[in-house]
Amino acid sequence: MSYVITAPCVADYSCVEVCPVDCISPMPDDSGFDAATQLYINPVLCVDCDACREACPVNAIFAEDQLPEKWLDYIGINAAHFQSHTQTVAEVRHDK
Amino acid sequence: MISERPLRIAIVGSGPAGMYAAGHLLEGPGGTFINGGLNQIVRRPVEVDVLERLPTPWGLIRSGVAPDHPDKKRMAAIYDSIARRQGFRFIGNVQVGRDVSPADLSQWYDGVIYAVGADDERRLGITGEDLRGSDSARAFVSWYNGHPDFSDLQFDLRCERAVLVGNGNVAMDVARILFSPISALHNTDIASHALDALGKSQLKEIVILGRRGPEHAAFNYPELMELGELADTAISVEGADLSLTPENADYETQLKVAALAKLCKEKSQGSRRIVFRFNAAPTAIVGGGQVAQINVVDRRDQSEQVLNAGLVLAAIGYRGLAIDGLPFDDVRGVIPSCDSRIVDNGIAIAGAYVTGWIKRGPKGIIGSNKKCARDAVTAVMVDVDSNLLPMEGTLSAAQVLEAINARVSVTLGFSGWQKIDRQEQSDGRAQGRPRLKMTATGAMLGLVTAG
Ligand SMILES: Cc1cc2nc3c(=O)[nH]c(=O)nc-3n(C[C@H](O)[C@H](O)[C@H](O)COP(=O)(O)OP(=O)(O)OC[C@H]3O[C@@H](n4cnc5c(N)ncnc54)[C@H](O)[C@@H]3O)c2cc1C
Ligand code: SF4
Ligand code: SF4
Repeated sequence: MSYVITAPCVADYSCVEVCPVDCISPMPDDSGFDAATQLYINPVLCVDCDACREACPVNAIFAEDQLPEKWLDYIGINAAHFQSHTQTVAEVRHDK
Repeated sequence: MISERPLRIAIVGSGPAGMYAAGHLLEGPGGTFINGGLNQIVRRPVEVDVLERLPTPWGLIRSGVAPDHPDKKRMAAIYDSIARRQGFRFIGNVQVGRDVSPADLSQWYDGVIYAVGADDERRLGITGEDLRGSDSARAFVSWYNGHPDFSDLQFDLRCERAVLVGNGNVAMDVARILFSPISALHNTDIASHALDALGKSQLKEIVILGRRGPEHAAFNYPELMELGELADTAISVEGADLSLTPENADYETQLKVAALAKLCKEKSQGSRRIVFRFNAAPTAIVGGGQVAQINVVDRRDQSEQVLNAGLVLAAIGYRGLAIDGLPFDDVRGVIPSCDSRIVDNGIAIAGAYVTGWIKRGPKGIIGSNKKCARDAVTAVMVDVDSNLLPMEGTLSAAQVLEAINARVSVTLGFSGWQKIDRQEQSDGRAQGRPRLKMTATGAMLGLVTAG
């Protein structure tokens, strides 16, 4: 399983501050941060510790199996952030 | 020379940038996230005064973020907890540049951080822009959020079609609010004058104009998907072929365009319609006193089209407003700075800093301002340690308040705002709403000063 960041995210990186394995991206000093429209959790590295969900001020984080139906697509959106560009673009086109 | 007294810093503006700056100056026990981990960046006692031109704090959290996004409005709780820290003081109803000058502040404080946001807007620059029924999306948003400067505006929604110029997230917010069921809006803190006007709406169609193609659309994925949740509302696209999005577009763009195509397919029916019109630029707004139509040119073949419309809102960007006594970059609409230090003709002004939208321009979301404010506070701390702050002649907290009250007839502290806050919430409860916003400065100040 993994944790997943969804639509309400305001990129205030409270989750980054508490994540024990640094699996949330972009971090505030990464080049992509200022333009980021949300942050993402790397599903391969996440250890399901729940710390980020507790820290999030806007309830944007859910355990994958607790995701509201309308945000199920954020599983793929979070994962895609950590995959290579060509691969994910192919997936988006395939979905369509 | 290490002084005994606390460092005294003024922050101008109580939006996200100003409140994060206060939070970093009055650093919590956990420290500040910098260089990949939590570290202490403030090593001396600090007192912070936050000066706000309105009686109410939190900037665009209150007057920008859409009322139907209560999760995001909850950011106010974060700022509220910062405001309760030792050393914090709120001074409301003081406009810097009018009531007190930047020169006053630099004399009264060791340092000043300007976090005044973007209190102006970009204009279309076409004829008819000033007709009744034509306004900025900023005015419309401020109006539905009950900002006192905009509460007297009248938006007549008894027309069939509204045209939004620009397709960023603000346009998405406006379109969604225009087409949300009144019953749903009733459960938000939307201003009651807006609820009344929306209740009389006869809008059947919203056209959203974008100058370029879908691959350059400014909206984000979540905001687009929310339009898809509107009941009985068809979504369509004109002026572009969604299947032609360039293969080399980035992931987010591909995601957005694919989502838009899917929405068009799934939401083809409805008694109301949202039309995304791409490659279209407005050339004139026409009407006799009141907006009747907007002329649009297709930028691919220069063909012209006339759209009948009773409401035109320009959602082409917020813009910083110059403050008397501070330098201003009129092209970018920001206070010019280098590493958060305000610069005048390339030279840093000692003890003057900037953060948030007035530093970076109107881009970035709420959290972007947290890092931005952290960097401004880091600059302040570096300058204190290098003895670069003008610390001679700084006034005490009591002296500053006296000086401000000599110029402004009524100011309010944080407890004054809390009184307004409690009143709004209890008025809301009486109507089965989360909050009934007070929208007139006079009434708010009256409540605060009444015993
Ligand atoms: C319509 C809209 C919707 C948005 N929705 C979202 C969203 O859903 N999620 C998200 O993450 N971000 C959202 N944003 C972005 C977010 O609001 C901004 O990133 C953020 O508010 C910028 O913070 P700021 O402190 O720089 O400016 P502001 O929030 O504008 O705060 C500036 C403050 O300074 C005060 N001020 C101005 N001039 C003076 C003066 N001369 N003297 C004293 N005080 C002064 C103002 O009254 C105001 O309180 C939205 C923005 C807009 C416009
Ligand atoms: S704590 Fe929540 S809002 Fe903040 S960056 Fe993380 S997910 Fe986004
Ligand atoms: S659940 Fe734990 S490990 Fe996973 S992202 Fe959140 S804080 Fe990090």
